Amino acid sequence: EMDGAGGNGSSGSVMCQLVSAEGEQLGAALYLPHNVGPPQLQDIVNQLLHNEDKLPYAFYVGDEELSLQLGAFMQRNNATAEVTLRIVYQPQAVFRIRPVNRCSATIAGHTEAVLAVSFSPDGRCLASGSGDTTVRFWDLSTQTPLYTCKGHKNWVLCIAWSPDGKHLVSGSKSGELILWDPKTGNQLGAPLTGHRKWITAVSWEPVHLQSPSRRFVSASKDGDARIWDITTKKCVISLSGHTNAVTCVKWGGDGLIYTGSEDCLIKVWETTQGKLVKTLQGHGHWVNSLALSTEYVLRTGAYDHTGKTFSSPEEMKEAALARYEKMRGNAPERLVSGSDDFTMFLWEPTISKQPKARMTGHQKVVNHVYFSPDGQWLASASFDKSVKLWNGITGKFVAAFRGHVADVYQISWSADSRLLLSGSKDSTLKVWDIRARKLKQDLPGHADEVYAVDWSPDGEKVVSGGKDRVLKLWMN
Amino acid sequence: MDYEERKRKKEARAVKKNSKDARKLLGAKGKRFAKKRYAEKAQMKKTLKMHDESSSRQKVDDDVEEGAIPSYLLDRDPTQRAKVLSNTIKQKRKEKAGKWDVPLPKVRPVAEEEMFKVLRTGKRKTKQWKRMVTKATFVGPGFTRKPPKYERFIRPTGLRFTKAHVTHPELKCTFNLDIISVKKNPNGPMYTSLGVMTRGTIIEVNVSELGLVTPAGKVVWGKYAQVTNNPENDGCINAVLLV
Repeated sequence: EMDGAGGNGSSGSVMCQLVSAEGEQLGAALYLPHNVGPPQLQDIVNQLLHNEDKLPYAFYVGDEELSLQLGAFMQRNNATAEVTLRIVYQPQAVFRIRPVNRCSATIAGHTEAVLAVSFSPDGRCLASGSGDTTVRFWDLSTQTPLYTCKGHKNWVLCIAWSPDGKHLVSGSKSGELILWDPKTGNQLGAPLTGHRKWITAVSWEPVHLQSPSRRFVSASKDGDARIWDITTKKCVISLSGHTNAVTCVKWGGDGLIYTGSEDCLIKVWETTQGKLVKTLQGHGHWVNSLALSTEYVLRTGAYDHTGKTFSSPEEMKEAALARYEKMRGNAPERLVSGSDDFTMFLWEPTISKQPKARMTGHQKVVNHVYFSPDGQWLASASFDKSVKLWNGITGKFVAAFRGHVADVYQISWSADSRLLLSGSKDSTLKVWDIRARKLKQDLPGHADEVYAVDWSPDGEKVVSGGKDRVLKLWMN
Repeated sequence: MDYEERKRKKEARAVKKNSKDARKLLGAKGKRFAKKRYAEKAQMKKTLKMHDESSSRQKVDDDVEEGAIPSYLLDRDPTQRAKVLSNTIKQKRKEKAGKWDVPLPKVRPVAEEEMFKVLRTGKRKTKQWKRMVTKATFVGPGFTRKPPKYERFIRPTGLRFTKAHVTHPELKCTFNLDIISVKKNPNGPMYTSLGVMTRGTIIEVNVSELGLVTPAGKVVWGKYAQVTNNPENDGCINAVLLV
């Protein structure tokens, strides 16, 4: 029986329509009593979707999260019971990551600033590149150095694990790339030369497109991006077109390569012949960082929180493909670019050349943008000391996280998309809670600027490295 | 003899003539000659070096520079990159000991006659117990004067300052920071309590705009600085930050 507006009787009911995050309606409109809360709504959604396991969901009305019972929520918001309430449901990760709160180890070893750190896709190995021209592998169980790999002639600026976890490639300031074997720490073959200036970014081909991983693309200050094949140890294709340095490159899940450059353009390339597909124009200054909605899945490949290992490359390819399809759904891949003109653009490059949304609000250079692993949120780190949270689908602003006292350099998400980590010039790391939209944990301890942070895909550990030359491992 | 023959012999003798001139020439001529010869020698050295280089092929190595920065910072200007200044514990210890490792350890002492100006008051202008401070002072935001009839030390508003130009000794850049308090005036505790700032005074300034963080993660907002000029002469306070 329908009650009047602001119904105070608990016997009243509300007309509700469950809608998915993409806008599809789930079932018909339902009369729900006022004492229905998120747990009951979860049961309803699970039943309507015919889920075998009870999956957790979060519910949003308008842009606000529904955490109370329907009646209390309606009263608080003075919502009239005559309009059908649209409740958007969003699947949450089944597993829950605990926030890290203590530094479990400080591992010294590098003799110059640590410039890049990265966990392997299965979360078992850790590699770091530094200004002392070495790449080091670290043993996570004993938290000690494992291998020191010498071979570069200048600072190691970026490292990237192949999504099957079998190779690591590192790029240096002298423009060469070296391939390493993580199991033995040996260099595999001669350095790959071709770029004339330093390497700014490296990205591997996703494992669901090719397994075992063979190709990766590297971007350099000289304005080219090059696709390399590790079995032939040669540069397969050179993607030239940018007139200024290429600052970031990402290999998308549908076989397109996106490059962002200091000439304010983003170019989309196809990978078989290296032809330019599209040029996305819109920014007024350098494009600093690119992020893809499926990036986390592409990075971790076939591995997920269950910790399963794969025996053959085909098995890995299938598992990775399944994960990628699930992640993508029916929606096209979304691309976000952060720029020196203080704004970010949300693009859907496969659909149109025009940006879908422009995200303004930062007061200084946007240095790093990163989609959450489930693609629902987007976080941006800027030199204006704040980290901003945006809706990953519409690009609408959600919250700003303030707390840092100097430029925020890099961010990293936890695998369940509930926690966000940021590393800054003020030598602290901060963990932010997405649901509460507040600071969860402050992690001081570094003696100098923090240049690189990474959260392991299994959610157990966080690693950070910076100007003070030590690697810090943080755990719960 | 032929012209060629004569020329060849003259050139052969030129070496001897040159060395004789170098030894014997004096005065202005000698100076001119020495200058010319030096320039020639330098040029010859350069050409020889050039020839040497081309004969042995060397790979040009870029040197590995210090101060490695990640790729996203490479094209940016590093002028505002401060190191983390820290250590409240050290500061506390210094405070306790009362000893400071300061840039200006010895300062010229200021006499009381110079510091204060005697004011004559009263109906017949015979009372001389009031003093007016002639140096720059700091009074603090909540300051209220004592009742004027009983005020012994007058601090004129024209000589009151709230901000100081503080220079960071390592970064070599100057910030305009608010003064929080006057910590110690080397001329005596009376001047410290009055808030008088002369050359060599230690003041506490608000450094929150510098964005400094202690190793424990706390934000540093107050630091000590030492005054380096004579504010009463310049009209501004210049100080150097004590790190």
